[in-house]
Amino acid sequence: MDWMSVAARLFGTDHAIVADGDFLCGTADFDGTTLAVVGTTNHAAVGVDLALRQARAVLDTVARYPGRPLLLLVDTQGQALRRRDELLGIHRAMAHLGCCLDLARRRGHPVIGLVYDQALSGGFITSGLMADGCHALPQAEIRVMRVPAMARVTKLPEELLESLSRTNPVFAPGVANYVAMGGVRSLWGDDLAAGLRAALADRDTTDRRAQEGAQRGGRRAAADVIRRVLEA
Amino acid sequence: MTHSFAEMSARERLAAVVDAGSFHEWLPPSERVTSPHLAQLGVPAAFDDGVAIGRAAVGGRTVFVAAQEGGFMGGGVGEVHGAKLVGLLRRALRDRPDAVLVLAESGGVRLHEANAGLIAVSEVMRALLDVRAAGIATVMLIGGANGCFGGMGIVARCADTVVMSDIARHAMSGPEVIESAHGAGEFDSRDRALVWRTTGGKHRWLCGDCDVLVDDDADAFRAAAITALDAHRPMTLEELQQESALLQARADADGDNADAFVLWSRLGVPDARAVPDLDADALRPRRPASVAALAHGGA
Repeated sequence: MDWMSVAARLFGTDHAIVADGDFLCGTADFDGTTLAVVGTTNHAAVGVDLALRQARAVLDTVARYPGRPLLLLVDTQGQALRRRDELLGIHRAMAHLGCCLDLARRRGHPVIGLVYDQALSGGFITSGLMADGCHALPQAEIRVMRVPAMARVTKLPEELLESLSRTNPVFAPGVANYVAMGGVRSLWGDDLAAGLRAALADRDTTDRRAQEGAQRGGRRAAADVIRRVLEA
Repeated sequence: MTHSFAEMSARERLAAVVDAGSFHEWLPPSERVTSPHLAQLGVPAAFDDGVAIGRAAVGGRTVFVAAQEGGFMGGGVGEVHGAKLVGLLRRALRDRPDAVLVLAESGGVRLHEANAGLIAVSEVMRALLDVRAAGIATVMLIGGANGCFGGMGIVARCADTVVMSDIARHAMSGPEVIESAHGAGEFDSRDRALVWRTTGGKHRWLCGDCDVLVDDDADAFRAAAITALDAHRPMTLEELQQESALLQARADADGDNADAFVLWSRLGVPDARAVPDLDADALRPRRPASVAALAHGGA
């Protein structure tokens, strides 16, 4: 789904979100509260400049509108794969964005992530995955890499990965797998507004992804290992 | 006599950095806490899943420490590996050591467990920021031969202090990945000099992305770790606003996709062409004051 349809279904026509290239920014009113919206579109490759633009939008919200909820709209093909971005410290720009979102949370801003189209690795770690809870549309696509590329890099047979991916969510792309592993808290169905309303009402900011991954059966080891370290 | 930090195993590095005999490991190899996924792929597991974690003393003070083993799957973060790091950080939040040290050596998300690894890296990042927000110093020591990349590259820069050797690398995507996406004209992964001046310790120091630059020597890393125990800085709105502005100014200085040499000159590094031949001691004073503001403990 494109971002304008998402915005229309969440906020009607009365919103002030604008796209500037691959960058989304603006505000919208929802249930009488103003939200700050920050994100990316066009399957953006997130490089230094786009990471910094998002970070500034987050910092401006924190500075000027204490407590205003932040909605992160995620559509990214991952980090930009360019020499210039590496030279300029793309890892730092992304860490900076993550730190800005973390600061917003600590200062009382609800931070909600929504993968409305596509989310891949680097572009996702410091956006949706840094939210209090990350949500997704059922038709969205989340992955680190596709199975054929994974087969190439790991030098494992593609058929093996394909067959394992039917039983183990760890191996295969897909929103449902991320829900099972606790990485995505919920899918927003036909009533997107209901999804956002429920996310805004959930004020628990602890990271409960490992726990939810264990409860849902998609990622059983993590919560147990964390507990064992705490008890060792 | 120097001991190359890059050539050591993770456990050798750990032993060299902490006070002699002080390391007490949690979930040691004897407990065989291994990846539940690798066996399904027919890939051998490691009894520590590529990371050692525990409690130790450094200069007589209590620290929690983790060391990633680049020799096992490139230090890639899988479900268990990541959970050990998260457990260590949550335990630090509870038990309040003086610092958390991570001897980071990682290619990022372990692709064999891709989805779980991605979520795990994100959990590590949030747990690290919780520790930092609690006022406990967080320190990354980057000196392994595999460098620190991908999600771990991001996580590392969330710490209070990043220590690198001049031969270490800290970045996001490896040069091979960039070359395969956009060709050798974009980034020639076989040009080692180019790779190092784009992602290596000297470059990160000159640009303010690394806080302490040391020689590739275990004693030097240990000395830097001891100093970093007191280098905690709270993360404030004002500080992040300043960082934003400085990072943008630096990006603007390279609007034309220039080489590292050109960028260094524009940032005010004297005689940029000489940088590759300088050792850490000679290079350190060449970082311009304007850039030092980007480094923690800089200025």
